[in-house]
Amino acid sequence: MRVLVCVKRVPQTGGRIVLTADGQAIDTKFLGFTISPHEECGVEEAVRIIEAGGGESTVLTLGPASAEEQLRDAMALGIDRAVLLETDGSEWDPFSTAAAIADAIRAQEAAGGPFDLVIFGNESADSGGFQVGIRVAVALGRPVVSGLKGLTVGAGSVTARREAAGGGWETYELPLPAIVGVKEGINLPRYPSVPGRLRAKKKEVERISVGAASSGAAAVSGVALGPTMALLRLPEEERSQAEILGRGVEAAPAVVDLLQRLGVMAR
Amino acid sequence: MSGPILVLVELGAGDAAGSADRVSLETLAFARSLSGGLGRAPEGLGGAPEGLGGAPIEALVFGSDAGGVAASLGAHGAATTHVVTDESIGGAYAPAAWGAALAELAGARGAVAVIGPGTDRGAEVLAHAAARLGMPLAANVISATPGESWSVVRQRWAGSLLEDAALDAPIRCLTVAPHAVAVDGRAGAAATTVVPFVPTISAADLVVRVTGHEPPSKGSISLTDAKVVIGGGRGVGSAAAFSELEELADLLGGAIGVSRVVTSNGWRPHTQQVGQTGQRIAPDLYIACGISGAIQHIVGCKSAKRILAINTDAESPIMGIADYAVIGDLHAIVPAISAEIRRRG
Ligand SMILES: Cc1cc2nc3c(=O)[nH]c(=O)nc-3n(C[C@H](O)[C@H](O)[C@H](O)COP(=O)(O)OP(=O)(O)OC[C@H]3O[C@@H](n4cnc5c(N)ncnc54)[C@H](O)[C@@H]3O)c2cc1C
Ligand SMILES: Nc1ncnc2c1ncn2[C@@H]1O[C@H](COP(=O)(O)O)[C@@H](O)[C@H]1O
Repeated sequence: MRVLVCVKRVPQTGGRIVLTADGQAIDTKFLGFTISPHEECGVEEAVRIIEAGGGESTVLTLGPASAEEQLRDAMALGIDRAVLLETDGSEWDPFSTAAAIADAIRAQEAAGGPFDLVIFGNESADSGGFQVGIRVAVALGRPVVSGLKGLTVGAGSVTARREAAGGGWETYELPLPAIVGVKEGINLPRYPSVPGRLRAKKKEVERISVGAASSGAAAVSGVALGPTMALLRLPEEERSQAEILGRGVEAAPAVVDLLQRLGVMAR
Repeated sequence: MSGPILVLVELGAGDAAGSADRVSLETLAFARSLSGGLGRAPEGLGGAPEGLGGAPIEALVFGSDAGGVAASLGAHGAATTHVVTDESIGGAYAPAAWGAALAELAGARGAVAVIGPGTDRGAEVLAHAAARLGMPLAANVISATPGESWSVVRQRWAGSLLEDAALDAPIRCLTVAPHAVAVDGRAGAAATTVVPFVPTISAADLVVRVTGHEPPSKGSISLTDAKVVIGGGRGVGSAAAFSELEELADLLGGAIGVSRVVTSNGWRPHTQQVGQTGQRIAPDLYIACGISGAIQHIVGCKSAKRILAINTDAESPIMGIADYAVIGDLHAIVPAISAEIRRRG
């Protein structure tokens, strides 16, 4: 089995987000970087599938040279090899990103054989476009389903499970090769081990330069681009200062008074 | 006159079965305000007032049982509602087939925009449709201003950040962020014309479809429907200590919601996580116990009418978000609240 997982380097925002003065990016001076929790689970899923059935796992990212860090993090958890589609560091729209990833998958497959399964996050943590995986699947003509919180690999197919809108679960069967979008909760990712980190440090990262965004999208569509980001801003906050009902157990009667006032006491 | 705005409408599930899904109705309201903007004549020409003579709104619904819902969409601004029956699309939800149908209809009707609800299915179907049409897609939009190139405001980081973006394409594809606009149903509005639509679907589009359902476990109160949610974070400290929160939830007929720290530690299942990568909840009251109020958690619970925080740290960020607070150890306070409720019977 050959499995590919796609991840995106994003700032590790803490309690609140701070923007650069020109509103073009998150101020990352004091921030580390990570990937979406959905993608962390995608990496774990890829590692587990190869551990269970044998084969090779690959992690791919499109991003600046520094995104090598996220590739090494994934290799520290057990991913075998890494591909970096190196950009000039500018913002890429989902249209262009998908076009470049689809091209890279074709090239990787021509060189090393087909990927049975390509795993995406349900949505990226920062831009949340909800589309790159589906666009890649449409470009490659492969079956795809998003939002997965369960995946079982069978012979030549996968069974997928996702939460249904009204509660409960719905299941899907996909013939391989297939593409899936996974959500946090599909598994509980492991922590990297020290030997894992050391091994990852020594591994090769395959680098392919892709430059700036517009080239990819224009080539695919001829007309359409984007959506093209113009400005980032923080939503207006409804900040308040909580009314203190009390300290410790003495506050219990005041809390129950409040519950009664709000009409949330059952019966 | 401008081509129509095509809106994907989902049927409600769970408590909303038998009517349109709420986020879809919000999406129709979004389309309605957009339509007014599209109808406005250029500055200085003294055109029609806002809301009149704009782009017509056409809805698309799936399901042989969608007739009743389809007929009700006139009140929400749909002039025409296209219904795809189960037989013409294989019966079960199939993302690629739904996307193909939406794309085909957009082409056939000369749609200027294709809009869907920012739900799991809405986002998935719109991505398929946009990919097939070769158009860009803006997800989780909260407002759009038509023009040569449309200006949209969309949510990033699940709404903790906003992005002004340009959507420059002949067919503008977008999803509307849940609860960004209010439902706009008008009694006495014109009826919608319900017409069947039989899309051209290939076998390949039906490969991925729902093949099985597992119903929700009986008697469980759904986190997204609960009137009261008792939230537990790192401060709860262990899986076992959640029994204190469960007792209070039982007394109030509420549900348990948790932070990511709790699911990462394996204390509770991920289905209970609230936040950017978990559920969005909107209860009457959210009681946040031992939760610091990180932005990725807050985006999941900010639609709660009231928030009560129970936290040892009076300086915790949650104090700037909650309406009420009790300072102290949740392990003492939560059982004391349960005891007080029992005492009052
Ligand atoms: C892309 C991304 C997505 C994310 N998605 C989510 C998400 O969906 N949901 C989510 O929750 N998080 C999410 N996070 C994580 C988020 O940033 C925080 O790390 C997390 O919400 C913190 O959880 P917490 O409040 O339980 O823990 P902490 O921040 O550690 O806070 C614990 C709180 O408990 C209090 N406390 C401790 N002991 C007690 C006691 N005995 N009694 C009362 N109070 C006590 C402390 O004072 C503190 O305020 C995401 C992060 C990223 C980067
Ligand atoms: N720059 C990128 N590099 C690699 N994978 C990406 C990139 N952007 C998005 N993806 C993948 O596509 C998924 C969906 O992204 P999006 O459409 O932006 O929400 C993400 O969770 C990733 O798995």
